[in-house]
Amino acid sequence: MSKTTLTRRGVLKSGAVAGAGVALPTIFTASSAAAYMNEPTGSSVTLGFNVPQTGPYADEGADELRAYMLAVEHLNGEGDGGMMNTFSSKALTGNGILGKKVEYVTGDTQTKPDAARASARSMIEKDGAIMITGGSSSGVAVAVQALCQEAGVVFMAGLTHSNDTTGKDKKANGFRHFFNSYMTGAALAPILANEYGKDRKAYHLTADYNWGYTTEEAVRTSTEAMGWETVAAVKTPLATTDFSSFIAPVLNSGADVLVLNHYGGNMVNSLTSAVQFGLRAAEANGKQFQVVVPLYSRLMAQGAGKNVAGIYGTTNWHWSLENVAGSRYVGTNAFVQSFGAKYGFPPSQAAHTTYCQTLLYADACQRAGTFNPCGVQEALADFEFDGLGNGPTLYRGSDHQCFKDALVVRGKENPDSQFDLLETVDITPREALTYDPAIFGGELGTCNPGA
Amino acid sequence: MDQIILQILNGLDKGSAYALIALGLTLIFGTLGVVNFAHGALFMLGAFCAVTLSRILTISHTVIDETKKDFLGNPLKVEVPYVNDWFGEATGQAIIDWSVPLSILFAIPVMIAIGVIMERGLIKHFYKRPHADQILVTFGLAIVLQEIVKYYYGANQIPTPAPEAFIGSFDFGALIGMDPGSIIYPYWRIVYFCFAMVLIGAVFAFLQFTTFGMVVRAGMADRETVGLLGINIDRRFTVMFGIAAAVAGLAGVMYTPINPPNYHMGMDFLVISFVVVVVGGMGSLPGAILAGLVLGILESFASMRQVIEVLPGINQVVIYLAAIIILLTRPRGLMGRKGVMED
Repeated sequence: MSKTTLTRRGVLKSGAVAGAGVALPTIFTASSAAAYMNEPTGSSVTLGFNVPQTGPYADEGADELRAYMLAVEHLNGEGDGGMMNTFSSKALTGNGILGKKVEYVTGDTQTKPDAARASARSMIEKDGAIMITGGSSSGVAVAVQALCQEAGVVFMAGLTHSNDTTGKDKKANGFRHFFNSYMTGAALAPILANEYGKDRKAYHLTADYNWGYTTEEAVRTSTEAMGWETVAAVKTPLATTDFSSFIAPVLNSGADVLVLNHYGGNMVNSLTSAVQFGLRAAEANGKQFQVVVPLYSRLMAQGAGKNVAGIYGTTNWHWSLENVAGSRYVGTNAFVQSFGAKYGFPPSQAAHTTYCQTLLYADACQRAGTFNPCGVQEALADFEFDGLGNGPTLYRGSDHQCFKDALVVRGKENPDSQFDLLETVDITPREALTYDPAIFGGELGTCNPGA
Repeated sequence: MDQIILQILNGLDKGSAYALIALGLTLIFGTLGVVNFAHGALFMLGAFCAVTLSRILTISHTVIDETKKDFLGNPLKVEVPYVNDWFGEATGQAIIDWSVPLSILFAIPVMIAIGVIMERGLIKHFYKRPHADQILVTFGLAIVLQEIVKYYYGANQIPTPAPEAFIGSFDFGALIGMDPGSIIYPYWRIVYFCFAMVLIGAVFAFLQFTTFGMVVRAGMADRETVGLLGINIDRRFTVMFGIAAAVAGLAGVMYTPINPPNYHMGMDFLVISFVVVVVGGMGSLPGAILAGLVLGILESFASMRQVIEVLPGINQVVIYLAAIIILLTRPRGLMGRKGVMED
């Protein structure tokens, strides 16, 4: 009979070994017979829609989910077909993807990278999702993209605007349809210089996280190239709700433009404070004071109410685009009709980008003749397409970033409805937004099929 | 100098919100001995009283405008509020415009009712349980209330503007004899500060100058003796819970034009309000007010660009640093008294 002696040192050693074991990264493994991760063997294929269903971006997540469900409906041959009718590629026939009926599972990112990774992991491991898509934050997109690369599934990003997603953090298995901070700066600066003049002094308030930094850098670089001077750039904590302490000193800082590099609740609160403090009505340096919001979202604009009136920003897409700018943006009306008839209101840009991503993924599989991530990557790389509402678009192979026209918009003074808050002021052609992928660093690496 | 005055104004304004929430927390703790983590949710519910009244006042019927199209290309359906039909467009719009101040009248009975129901229905069952149980149950209640509000109102913020007359800002610098334009401050924030001071004064007057208040104060000092005198102190404490809920709710109502409300706004204030209560001194009503204002001003100064450049991130921790320093030097807080929370 052996005697077990429990010592403090022994317990610590055992704990350390057990802890190290638990802390080891999970290794995704495809079954031995499969050619790639979660290869569909039955009559259906499962997509994983990972969107914020709780937390501050839950409304945006709900709109993404509506668009995903609509896309699934159209892929399976139900409904009016939406943008499948206008898409330049005719590979999709309304018979699912590669003849397999499209099914889906959903996850809740909570707009937290850890939670988003956990839900994506669950959809891949337990539900057999072949592709993960969605999200409403760059932090989430970068985290989930890395997980999908490791797991060997494709990641089709949702609403993520930071340069890093397809810059320093790009991955071979990840693809972004949405535009980015660089494009915002490049599109916005010429319009601002034209509207407000080249002799302007800007004060930046920047959300203290990755997206804020890249947006501030992009807008600063672009506006300074136009002749503007940056007086100050102040980081604001992400958890800030009352921006009065940050806004109050702006008027006497020597600046005559305030740039709010904020999104979501931060944007609503900082813009509301700026208007309350009279910046819109004030004069500085002998000029009318101006406020700029680089990245707009209709859902956020609804939160800010009348405060958005007359304020410039950029968007990836707008539901009125085809009516305003003509048939170059064909697909927009088809999508709006389809979405509006089903849900009773027009889609947001988050809904548009996620719908496009689903169709683009399905089309790539169809053209590649496989769900294998490496085949999908080949099909999407340098893929030139049209008819998805943004005009001619390129999915660039070197960084998996989409290049298309970007919209400069302005808050409407007298909106007709709660959906009619932004008017398109200018459309910047994609050539003016194209950049050398090397400027943001990062390595795309090689595709991982997970087997 | 103008920057200093500006940050003091900001601090007073921010601090008055902290003080109002902390006042309610202290009232509940002082009377019932309950650590109420649902108090931030009461602030949020107050804000949504303003949203609800605004929606009630804008209940509309639709009129087809053939000259305009909606997003599907159909004739635009224009919403016309019934109050416009009943009182004429000018009066109807004025009523809608003043929905936030009018919400005060709506929120008082609603919040008192919510407070009483909360106390009688749930919290009274936890009086004799450990503080940890009280914290768990009230925190859980806060999350449930949040989710209910999110279900009905969505996760996005909802614009609830101040009346047109109070939108914009005025030249505070010129008012105090400084250079015109040197200190510009929003009207509504001044209104908020004044409202907070009036509300705090009313609560103090109620406790100080009414028989009910005298009994409550006696009960806070020695609950058993008051009970032995044949006074039903529990009923009075229930009413105080209702009053504390109404104070938090009114703070929320008037805050809506400052930041458009969403379901999460209560949580943003909750932790800081607890710090305010502890720094002010557990159970001390004047301490809660003083600490609220002091910490609000400190936070404002710490958010100045010049300060952040020297001490990056100080604005995020200054309140907690101040709390540590105050509690190290004055363990009972600024105005805490011996014997309270020391058993």
